[in-house]
Formats: sequence, C-alpha cells, structure tokens
Amino acid sequence: MKIGVCIKKVPDTETRIRIAPDGRQVSLEGVSFIISPYDEFAIEAALQLKEKAGQGEVVVIAVGDEDTGKVMRNALAMGADRAVLVTDPAVVEAEPYDVARILAAVARKEGVELLLFGKQGVGQDYQQVPTLTAELLGWPAAAVVVGLDVAGGELTATREIDGGEEVDRLSLPAVVSAQKGLNTPRYASLKGIMAAKKKTIETHALAALGLAPLAQRSWEVVRLEMPPARAAGRLIDGEPEAQVKQLVELLHTEAKVL
Amino acid sequence: MAQGFLVYVENRNGRIRKGSLEALATARRLADALGRTVDAVIVGDDAAAAQAARFGAHRLFRVAPADVFDARDGVVELLAGLVRQESPAWVVASATAAGKDCLPALAARFERSVIQDATEVAAEGGELLIKRPIYAGKAFEVVKPAGALAFLTLRPNVFPAAEAPAAATVVDHAAAVDPARVRTRVAEVRETAGGKVELTEAAIVVSGGRGIKAAEHYPLIEQLAAAFGGAAGASRAVVDAGWVAHHHQVGQTGKTVSPTLYVAVGISGAIQHLAGMSSSKYIVAINKDPDAPIFKVADYGIVGDLFQVVPLLIEAVRKLKA
Ligand SMILES: Cc1cc2nc3c(=O)[nH]c(=O)nc-3n(C[C@H](O)[C@H](O)[C@H](O)COP(=O)(O)OP(=O)(O)OC[C@H]3O[C@@H](n4cnc5c(N)ncnc54)[C@H](O)[C@@H]3O)c2cc1C
Ligand SMILES: Nc1ncnc2c1ncn2[C@@H]1O[C@H](COP(=O)(O)O)[C@@H](O)[C@H]1O
Repeated sequence: MKIGVCIKKVPDTETRIRIAPDGRQVSLEGVSFIISPYDEFAIEAALQLKEKAGQGEVVVIAVGDEDTGKVMRNALAMGADRAVLVTDPAVVEAEPYDVARILAAVARKEGVELLLFGKQGVGQDYQQVPTLTAELLGWPAAAVVVGLDVAGGELTATREIDGGEEVDRLSLPAVVSAQKGLNTPRYASLKGIMAAKKKTIETHALAALGLAPLAQRSWEVVRLEMPPARAAGRLIDGEPEAQVKQLVELLHTEAKVL
Repeated sequence: MAQGFLVYVENRNGRIRKGSLEALATARRLADALGRTVDAVIVGDDAAAAQAARFGAHRLFRVAPADVFDARDGVVELLAGLVRQESPAWVVASATAAGKDCLPALAARFERSVIQDATEVAAEGGELLIKRPIYAGKAFEVVKPAGALAFLTLRPNVFPAAEAPAAATVVDHAAAVDPARVRTRVAEVRETAGGKVELTEAAIVVSGGRGIKAAEHYPLIEQLAAAFGGAAGASRAVVDAGWVAHHHQVGQTGKTVSPTLYVAVGISGAIQHLAGMSSSKYIVAINKDPDAPIFKVADYGIVGDLFQVVPLLIEAVRKLKA
C-alpha cells in the first residue's frame, strides 16, 4: 500500500511568541522549526502499517517554504521512503483550504491509498486541513484517531470524541488524522539519518502541479494580540490547615466558585 | 430579510451540548446587534427541539433522527442543503469534536476555510470581528471574514448561554440525505464510564502533575475533582508515565480548557502546560517549590506538600458543599 503522510513545519513548542512590527504576524526570527508533533504520530502509524504489510511505500508530503526540506529530512530519517515538497512564495500564508487543495492534488498524482495527517498543526492550530482535504478528494475520513487498523481493503479507526471514543469503518482510499495516544513515534536511528542524507526531496512549484494560484478567500487578519497579563496572585502562608482554610474562604467569598 | 446566522445544534442522545446553547445565544447577541436573524438546525425529537428553541434562534429547523445523521457525512449533507436553501452569511457551530469535524467538511464544499475555535466575537460596522487563539493561546489572532459566507466554530465554555425572550418557531425540515454520500460509517460509540464531566465543558478542573509521584496517587486528584464537582486533568508528564489515559492531558498537545476554576497540583507550569489552561478564570496552584513557574499565573498559591494539602482540601470542600 502506498501511504502519504502530510507534515507541517512549525515553530518549536518552546518558542516564546512575539508579534512582528506589522502587528499581523508572529515574529519568527531566531525560531527553530520542527515537524508538528501530531504529524510524528502519523509518520509512525504509516511506518508500522508498511512494516506489518511487509511492503509498500511511505511518502511524506509538505506545502511550505524551501526550508521545509530540512524538517522533512527528519521524517526520512525515521524511515519514510520519499519526500515531496510543494513550495511557492505564496504558500507561506496560504489558508487551510488552499493547503488542502494542494495536498489533494499531490495525493491524486501520487496515487496514495491512505493519506495520514496530524490532528492539528501546532502554531496556527487551524484543525481542519485533514477534513478539508478528504472532502476535496471525496474520500471517507476519520479525525483525531487514537487507534488504527487496515485489513482487507477496509480501515478501522478509533477516534477520540468528547466524553468517549467512536469506532469508524472506512473503505480505502481514506484520510485519517492522528491524535496523541495512537503510538509512540520512533527516534531516527543513525543508519536512518545516514540514509536520509542520500535521499532527494522532490520539489514542485504550484504551476508544475497544474494548480491555480492561491487566493485568500475566507478571512483577513486584522491584528494579533498577546493574552491579557494575569494580575499578580496571592501566596497563602501558614500551616497546611490554615492554608487550606484560607484558600477555601477565598474561593467561596472572593472568587465565588464554591 | 438580510442574511443571517445558521447555527448547528448538536444533540447527543437527547442531551443538547452546552456549547451549542452557547453558540445559539452568541449568534442571537450578534444578530440583534447587526439587525439580522438566527436560524438553527437540530436532529432530534420534539423535546430536544423545544429545549433548543429557548436559546436564541428565530427559526429552528427540526430534522427527524435517522441512521445517516449518526455519521459526520450525513450531518454535512444536511447542513449543505440548508446553506444552499437559506443562504446564511455565517454558519456557526460549537468547537466540539463533532463541530470541528463537520464544519471543515461543509466549508470545503463552498471553497472556504473555517475560522476555528473562536474565543471572542464582536459585531463592528456591520461585520464580525473574530478572535481566536494561536500557538495554543500564547497569542490571539483577530480576523474579519472575507466574502459573503463564513464558517466559524466557538470554543465551548467561553461564551455565555442565555435564554432568549421568546422561543423559536420550530419548522419540520425533511432533509433528503443520500446514504451513498455517507462514506464513513460509525460502528460503535463508547462513552467514558461513569457519566463524568467532560474536561472541556467542566466549570472546575483539577489537574495532577509529576508531583503526585505514582499512578496510585492519581485518585487523590480525582477525589478533589469530584469534591468540587469538576473534571480531572493531568500534565503530560503524568500521561507519558502512563499514570492516566492521554485524554486527560491539558496543554499545547492536549486539551485546552477554560474553566471558572483550574487547580494545578504538583505541576511545575511548563510553557506547553500553561498554553492549555491559562485562560481559566481563576487558577490555584499547589506546589512545594515556591519558584515553580505555575505561581506566576496562579491567583491563589499554596506552597506546600500536596500529600498534606490535598486531603485537607478535599475534606474542607466536601464540608462546605454539604
Ligand atoms: C512538543 C511538546 C509538547 C508538550 N505538550 C505538553 C502538554 O500538552 N501538556 C503538558 O502538561 N506538558 C506538555 N509538554 C511537557 C512540558 O514541557 C513539561 O515537561 C510537563 O508539563 C511537566 O509536567 P509536570 O509539571 O507534571 O512535571 P514537572 O515539571 O516535573 O513538575 C513537577 C512539579 O511537582 C512539584 N512537586 C513535586 N513533589 C511535590 C509534592 N509532594 N507536593 C507538591 N508539589 C510537588 C515540583 O516542585 C514540580 O514543580 C510538552 C513538551 C513538548 C516538548
Ligand atoms: N502546509 C502543510 N503541509 C503539509 N501538511 C499540512 C500543512 N498544513 C497542515 N498540514 C497537515 O494537516 C494537519 C492539520 O493541520 P491544521 O489543519 O493546519 O491544524 C497537520 O498536522 C498536517 O498533517
């Protein structure tokens, strides 16, 4: 089975966020980049499915700037067979619908039977590219998946829903987005890292895929804001009994949550 | 009549999601400010429709339950039909698991992206200004929908749900959903045992961190949560250690919660944890290290040993509530 894994390059989760002088973007100066953490669960799932089947191919796919190739190499080092990067000056600010349009085009061109995603690209936290892509492809989809099995051309996915779990059945080709808990992503081995160095990252421009230029359709960013600073809190001193008594009183009379 | 809102009301086995009531009330507040109307749609029986009708819609489309609506694709078909029929300007749902999943599939059919997980919406100059967290709440983005049709989801537990002065007119709506368009089939739904309060909907959340030291101490967190009538969460350290299931994790790679009260027990306050809970109204921290970063965001802090403090607190809360 040929499996596509869509991965997004995002700022490291340790990053302290600053707003750029234009007030409408996050300043990414000096920031280090990683594969969005949820995408690592998707890569691991693809590798496990390939290993279980004893055959197949895992292709990582990204839409991003040229630097995206660097994080894609980590996916190759984990064991992905190939990397396809669609890059264009316009894609850096592409909205989810456009990203989905590009990913759907690549999935079709590659002829993948299963397209895996992370449930969310940390940073912009759009939480929709997998579902948008599935709809554009006309494929069944399961989002926020914590359990996955493929047998006899059918996929069974256990997804996390509010207050429980749901088991979905999907025919292939299908789209799945991975949630933490699906598996434990492997570290790249030294051998993997060496092998990844020799692999090329196939890079395409938008036009080469026969795609129309991007258009911002859905919104305009007016401004970015930092969260309101929290007022300095109160430390409660004393022996545990006295501390607890005072806390409960504050929760009751001041915060009124009790 | 100027185009208005279309709100999807989620009904789970006769229980209307709290977030949907919040979405209805929010749409009504905005519609009143803009001089527009609110349509809503619910799949359910008359009782469910009557309940939803109180919360702000002018007109409520009631759709009789059918197997096709158990899966996302059926709901999307239903909504797509209504969007074509009613031409709303804004389609709104709560950012629940289902809402975050249905709206993108719907939006794709109209060549749009979704403004996902909004935490503030204002009407200004005849338009909506929508605020949503980015970087898990380390910053916020304020956006203005472009074009004549926008899709948005509202984060649960952030917007007030208030009843409207008059109930909506309930309209029976016959949605013709072709079963062949339902591509994903739901085989089974497993509710988490015990009817516990859902983390993202809870008014009070108590989370435990590595300070609890071992899996056998997590019940201490659950007991405190139960005393408060809230839900139990955890830091990633606790989840990674396997002391509790991952769906309890709060933070950048876990759930984002915004309860009225968040109690962090034995949690240091790493930036990824703060991202998931710092929009809580009140934060209490219990930690033995006075320099723990969690105290920087806490309204009330107790420096002390959680194994001494928490049992006393459970007792005191129980006593007050009795
Ligand atoms: C990509 C990525 C994503 C992440 N996502 C998340 C996320 O979503 N959520 C999350 O929580 N973390 C996340 N993390 C991990 C985060 O960086 C921290 O490692 C984690 O939050 C630490 O958990 P903790 O506070 O429980 O443990 P620690 O940092 O070890 O803190 C334990 C605290 O307990 C206190 N303590 C110990 N004993 C006692 C006692 N007897 N009484 C009182 N206090 C005591 C200590 O003083 C200490 O402050 C992420 C990390 C990465 C790299
Ligand atoms: N630019 C991109 N390139 C490749 N995959 C992406 C891109 N943006 C989002 N994705 C995929 O879609 C998932 C959800 O992202 P999002 O909808 O942006 O939160 C991510 O975890 C990735 O798997």
